[in-house]
Amino acid sequence: MLNYTFHWRPALNALPDMLSGALVSLQIAVLSMVIGVIFAIFLALGRQSNNKLFYGFSTGWVELARNTPALFQVYMTYFGLGSFGIQLDSYVALLAGIAFNNAGYLAETFRGGLRAIPHTQTRAARSLGMSAPQAFRLIVLPQMFRVVFYPMSNQMVWALLMTSLGVTVGLNTDLTGVTQDLNVRTFRTFEYFAIAAVIYYLLAKLITISSRLFAWRLFRY
Amino acid sequence: MIELKDVRKSFGSLEVLKGVSLTVQKGEVLSVIGGSGSGKSTMLMCINGLEPIQGGQILVDGTDVHARGTDLNKLRRKIGIVFQQWNAFPHLTVLENVMLAPRKVLGKSKREAEEIAVKQLTHVGLGEKLKVYPSKLSGGQQQRMAIARALAMSPDYMLFDEVTSALDPQLVGEVLDTLKMLSEEGMTMILVTHEIRFARDVSDRVAFFHKGLIHEIGTPEQVIGNPQKPETIEFLKSVL
Repeated sequence: MLNYTFHWRPALNALPDMLSGALVSLQIAVLSMVIGVIFAIFLALGRQSNNKLFYGFSTGWVELARNTPALFQVYMTYFGLGSFGIQLDSYVALLAGIAFNNAGYLAETFRGGLRAIPHTQTRAARSLGMSAPQAFRLIVLPQMFRVVFYPMSNQMVWALLMTSLGVTVGLNTDLTGVTQDLNVRTFRTFEYFAIAAVIYYLLAKLITISSRLFAWRLFRY
Repeated sequence: MIELKDVRKSFGSLEVLKGVSLTVQKGEVLSVIGGSGSGKSTMLMCINGLEPIQGGQILVDGTDVHARGTDLNKLRRKIGIVFQQWNAFPHLTVLENVMLAPRKVLGKSKREAEEIAVKQLTHVGLGEKLKVYPSKLSGGQQQRMAIARALAMSPDYMLFDEVTSALDPQLVGEVLDTLKMLSEEGMTMILVTHEIRFARDVSDRVAFFHKGLIHEIGTPEQVIGNPQKPETIEFLKSVL
């Protein structure tokens, strides 16, 4: 029945290329998290703001990011913005798409995290003469990050896996892109994608384990 | 000098302060006693602007706390407050808890702030606990840390909001000792408390709060020793 012969050697020869692709994937994931976290803080604040515009904007973002496919979001940053004359290159479009998705999901995580910090903490900070932004930045945020740390590392794994969507907007330097190029040239689909899957798996594990180490180092209290 | 003039404060339709007038002179220790929900704690929150007021006026050294143009962040530097729930910052060590505001609010250098913090923490008997996180401290120690944290801003006034109410009985003494020490050093203090005997001991004056009003105010001998109004007599009977 099985008339497919595995050819692992040429696939393994391509490993260095695939690993440098993996680095690009990891880079996009990290950048999209950094950008996503920054936006998520503002969105989380917007979600509890009394300012209608700020609230509406934040809620719209969160709803869209959480309730539409990530593929659609990446398409919109590439083809969607493209049809309005804003032509991002594949790398930037993918990064923007994933950052958008991260921000939406993290905003809700952060909102929950903020609720876990008692209001009396802010009150104590303000009573010492800190301004509202100071109290938020120095007292509330650091405590929130502890609460949301594990959900955040989860999102980081998601971000890494979402980078594989880059291939749909013509990115060929990340792990999936490199793999797809090799596949098109050789038609050894199974071998290449199996190796890619193993690399993704190991990277995801690496993220989980290193975030545990981080948490252990950061949150001594 | 802290002056309250006919201060009114409501939470929704519930009026908590119904026209409170009061003056606290520099160097004076005023204890505020009264039943739960009588408005004592709310009054403290209004004095440093943590709660808005609906009527009247509060002046601290002549500055109208609730006037539009008042810089509350600046005003609060000279009014320290310590809460019933000590509100330690759990993510910072004891030393960092006390250093933070001098650094970020007063703009002191790291070394200056550390000097101040060590001095204040030693003062309240926590000199050995500098590098420890608050979660490793007892309630009494956390409360003393909160006092040191407020003192590190070198305030002119200190407000204490039932600072021993949430403590285990055996830890109350150490915090009261700290308060006593401060009063002996001449700190101006408003002390909302349920510790009647302590109030009698350290205060220059005692005010009895009942249903949002001051019913009696005077020396401890007058208010606690020889109360005139039936509400005061009843309250003292129930707590002593």
